[in-house]
Amino acid sequence: MTDPQEAIRVTDLHKRFGPLEVLKGISLTAKQGDVIAIIGGSGSGKSTFLRCINLLELPTAGSVAVHGETIDMKTDGQGGLMPANRKQVERIRSRLAMVFQSFNLWQHMTVLGNVIEVPIHVLGVPRDQAIATAETILKRVGLFEKRDVYPSFLSGGQQQRAAIARALAVQPLAMLFDEPTSALDPELVGEVLSVIGDLAREKRTMLLVTHEMKFAREVSNHVVFLHNGLIEEQGPPEQVFGAPKSERLKKFISSIH
Amino acid sequence: MSEPAAIPAYVPPKARSLFEPHRLVLMAIFAVMIFCIAWFMRWDWIPQYSGKLVSGIGETLLMLFATTIVGFFFAVPIGLVQVTGPKPLAWLSLVFCTVIRGTPLLLQLWLLYYGLGSLFAQYPEIRQSFLWPYLRQAWPYGFAALTISFAAYEGEVMRGAFAGVPRGELEAAQAFGMSRFKMFWRIWLPRAVHRALPTLNGETVLQLKSTPLIATITVVDVFGVISRVRQDTYLTYEPLLLLALIYLCLTGLLILGFRTLENRIPSRGA
Repeated sequence: MTDPQEAIRVTDLHKRFGPLEVLKGISLTAKQGDVIAIIGGSGSGKSTFLRCINLLELPTAGSVAVHGETIDMKTDGQGGLMPANRKQVERIRSRLAMVFQSFNLWQHMTVLGNVIEVPIHVLGVPRDQAIATAETILKRVGLFEKRDVYPSFLSGGQQQRAAIARALAVQPLAMLFDEPTSALDPELVGEVLSVIGDLAREKRTMLLVTHEMKFAREVSNHVVFLHNGLIEEQGPPEQVFGAPKSERLKKFISSIH
Repeated sequence: MSEPAAIPAYVPPKARSLFEPHRLVLMAIFAVMIFCIAWFMRWDWIPQYSGKLVSGIGETLLMLFATTIVGFFFAVPIGLVQVTGPKPLAWLSLVFCTVIRGTPLLLQLWLLYYGLGSLFAQYPEIRQSFLWPYLRQAWPYGFAALTISFAAYEGEVMRGAFAGVPRGELEAAQAFGMSRFKMFWRIWLPRAVHRALPTLNGETVLQLKSTPLIATITVVDVFGVISRVRQDTYLTYEPLLLLALIYLCLTGLLILGFRTLENRIPSRGA
């Protein structure tokens, strides 16, 4: 059966948008401490794949298990799937922290408010304890001085670091990064990558959809190359980047550099 | 990170003195106007009516706050179902907003008071019910008409505000395991209200200036009191000027209150 050492196990995931099949059967297992980089051209389905894991997109077929617990799905009567147990989905989502391309901080709350929101109102952590944890995390991402500032007054890099702090505050079982640096000005990419790099070195489980190939090679221990909704090639970063086997991956890597 | 190249700081032009010639002239003209209003017009009736005026202002404010608060309470679901569905409810809300916003408030008020009010009186069941002591008065009809009107206008405002909250922020709420209710209560509603505050401010001021309509169905608000003064004293301008001043002050206070609310969450740009 399922193994609790497996942080995330995705089995034969399909996703269809109308006539367009975006994911054509993807299986992937992330063990605890794995840092998996997911790369691929635009339209390869990498973001959709990530969003299927916490059911922001409902897969058409396939299953997802987090820490050995399979998310119960039932058919929606239109050839797709829907969660069978909303409570279970909410519980699992609350421990799968996601970091978005466009930050998606809650603009009506301060940085601190954003970080303590989920611990207090979803996980039920007492307020003073949540604040103490949040302040430690904010120090770590270098935003302690900005804790009472509203997100619209922060730079993109600071906003993304605040979003990472919000994700860390839920003590995530695994972190999902959806192109965390794609919306940033080039000079702000570095500060965000250094925070993510630190987390990766701490052996936090993470799935990282990215266009930063150099970074992916540095921090990940497994790289997955998606093409047309299928895993075209995967393996350790040295192998995938150093000695790509498939023609498409070779082409992709040379087009990036 | 490198320091950005020094941009010369913006130096605001020096504030002009209060005692420049044209300003002195304007101040003099204004002082003369105030003097004339105070000296040549009749204000001796004010002490006699002060008690009525205060209770009139109280009635106006009570109507304003009661109808805006209750109206807003209805506006939230009216706006929300137009964004989320279900379709029949969305359609119903749209029809409600269109009809109410498409007809004069005075007409709605009179339909309620003269139409519904006299209809109620024909039914002994209603006349004998515990509600009759209220239904035979005028204010419930004024309250109902103003509340319905506010709900319709604000329903439209809230529809836009709900739709305008960035999808990503709601997605983030979902992704972090919030239930639908929690997402609505913690993220969607406060975000929408915050976005709508400037508009709500304007609409509340408009609502204040709609309240005099209830004087036409015999509710004695501040407008009603002033009409009474005019009938009693045969004065035209003085009571109306005072009335204008009262509404101006109330509007100023409303705007001040909303500003304070808006500034509690500073935002830049959008």
